[in-house]
Amino acid sequence: MALYLRSLALLAYRFGIHSGNRQRDRMAEYSAFSLLKHAFNGNKGWKPAWRKPDPKPSYDVVIVGGGGHGLATAYYLAKEHGITNVAVVEKGWLGSGNIGRNTTIVRSNYLLPESIRFYDFSVKLWENLSHDLNYNVMFSQRGVLNLAHSPSQADDYIRRGNAMLHGGGDAEWLTPDQIAKEVPGLDLSGSARFPIVGGLMQRRAGTARHDAVAWGFARGADRRGVDIIENCEVTGFLRDGDRVTGVVTSRGEIRAKKVAVAVAGSTGRVMKLAGIERLPIESHVLQAFVSESLKPFVNCVVTFGAGHLYMSQSDKGGLVFGGDIDGYNTYAQRGNLPVVEDVMSEMVAMFPSLARIRLLRSWGGVMDMSMDGSPIITKGPLPGMYLNSGWCYGGFKATPASGWTFAWTIARDEPHPINAPFTLDRFNRGILIDEKGQGATPRLH
Amino acid sequence: MLITCPYCGPRDLSEYTYQGDANRTRPDPASTDQAAWNAYVYERTNPAGDHREYWQHSGGCRAHLVVIRNTLTHEISEVSFARAELNHHAAPRRITGAKA
Repeated sequence: MALYLRSLALLAYRFGIHSGNRQRDRMAEYSAFSLLKHAFNGNKGWKPAWRKPDPKPSYDVVIVGGGGHGLATAYYLAKEHGITNVAVVEKGWLGSGNIGRNTTIVRSNYLLPESIRFYDFSVKLWENLSHDLNYNVMFSQRGVLNLAHSPSQADDYIRRGNAMLHGGGDAEWLTPDQIAKEVPGLDLSGSARFPIVGGLMQRRAGTARHDAVAWGFARGADRRGVDIIENCEVTGFLRDGDRVTGVVTSRGEIRAKKVAVAVAGSTGRVMKLAGIERLPIESHVLQAFVSESLKPFVNCVVTFGAGHLYMSQSDKGGLVFGGDIDGYNTYAQRGNLPVVEDVMSEMVAMFPSLARIRLLRSWGGVMDMSMDGSPIITKGPLPGMYLNSGWCYGGFKATPASGWTFAWTIARDEPHPINAPFTLDRFNRGILIDEKGQGATPRLH
Repeated sequence: MLITCPYCGPRDLSEYTYQGDANRTRPDPASTDQAAWNAYVYERTNPAGDHREYWQHSGGCRAHLVVIRNTLTHEISEVSFARAELNHHAAPRRITGAKA
C-alpha cells in the first residue's frame, strides 16, 4: 500500500499536482492526497479556482487587465511584497485576451543584453512555475530551433547564440545532419527553395499551456486575498489634479492608492481615458492557426528563417503555428487572408509533407507593437499610475517576469534592475532596445 | 479587405503595402526641437476608430494613397492620392520624370 501511494505521488508529481512548497504553512490545495480525498467524497468538495467578489470601494492597488501579465502582477504583489489588498479588473472573462490567443512559445533567444537578462529571468521563473503555483502549467522544455537558410543568416544566428551564452543562457548550433535527426519532416535537400544551412537551438526554451498560466496565477492571487473582478470594464480614471486616484468601471467607482495598467493591445484605448493621447505604441493584429490532430510529427518548436513562421505540436496533436502580424493598425481580433496564404506557403516550404493537412482553427489577437520591439514596464506616466505594455507579439513568454518586475516596480516605486532599461522615455532619450534594428516602424518588429 | 484605388478601382489588400500613420507632421528639416522630432518619429495616436494612414498600391499603379479606415471594423470611408496633400503642404518641386 505504501509503495502504491508512493508511486501515485510520483505520478502526481509528474503531472504537476504535487504538494508544492513545503515551507508553505498550509496544505497544498492540489496534491495526490487531495485528489484521493475528494475522490472518496464524490469530488463534491472542490472550491472554484477563484472567487467572484463584488468590488470593494477602495484598494491599495487596482490592476487594470485580467490577462496573464495583470494576474501575474497581482500574484507576485501578494507573494513577494505582501500587498494583498489588490483588485484585478477585467473587461471580459479571465483569459479572454492574448493569454488565450498565443502560440504558447517560451524562449529567451535574444541578442541584446537587456533582453537576454529579462527573458532569461523569465525562463528561470517558468522552470519552477508549476511548483510555485501548485498548478500544472505544462511547461515543456522541448527546445526552440531557429533555422538558417544562408551563410550570412547562419553567421547572424551564431552571433546571437554566442550573445546568449555570454549572458548566462544556453544555445547550441546544429548542422543540417543534426537537424535531420531532430526534425525528420523538414526538407533538408539542397534543392529546397530555401536550403537549410544550420539552426540555432535553445534547449531550455519550449511551450506551456496558456490557459493554465492564467488560471494558475488567478488562483494563486485569489487564495492570497486578491479580488479578481471579471466583466468589469474601466470607462475612466479618477483624478486628483494630475494624480490618478482610482478607476471608474461598469461596476462603479473603485479608489486605489496605485493604479497599474496591463492591457496589451488595448493600451491606446485605456490610456486615452487617462488623457494620454500619444504613446510609442501601435495596435496590430497577429493571427495564429491550429491544424487537425496528427501523430507525433515534430518534437520541438521550429522557426522558418527565410520568412517568418514558428510551429510546434500540441499534446493533442494539432500543429500550432503563426507568422507575421497583418501589418496595419487595427483593434479587431481578426485578420485578413493575405497573411493566411503567406503563413501556409511558408509552412509547406519548410515541411512539404504538410501540404494536404487541413486547418482546424484560426484566430487573431491585438498586439501592442512598440517603436523598438521591446516592452515598457515603468512607473508613470502620471503620478499614481504604472504602465506595463509594448509587448509586441512576445508577451506570453514574458508573463512571469513581467508580473514579477511590474509588482516590484509598483511595490517599491522604482524599477528592478531587470526592468530598469524598459522605460517609456527611452525613445526620447535615444536608448532604444531594438533587437531587429528596424527603427520606429512597428509593423516590422 | 478591399481598398478602392482612385486609378484602378477596388483591389485586394495583397496588392497594397501599408506605409503607416498619416497623422504625423514632419518638422522642418532645419528644426532642432527635440520634442517635435520625438513626437514625429515615435509617438502615435493609435485610435480605436477612424485612422488616417498611407498605403501604396505597390502591386498596381504604385500610387501612394491616403486612406481613412476604421481600426475596429476595417471599413474604409475615404481614399485619395497622397500627392495632392504633398502639393498642398510642400513647396513646389521638380516633377520627376518630366523631360527638360
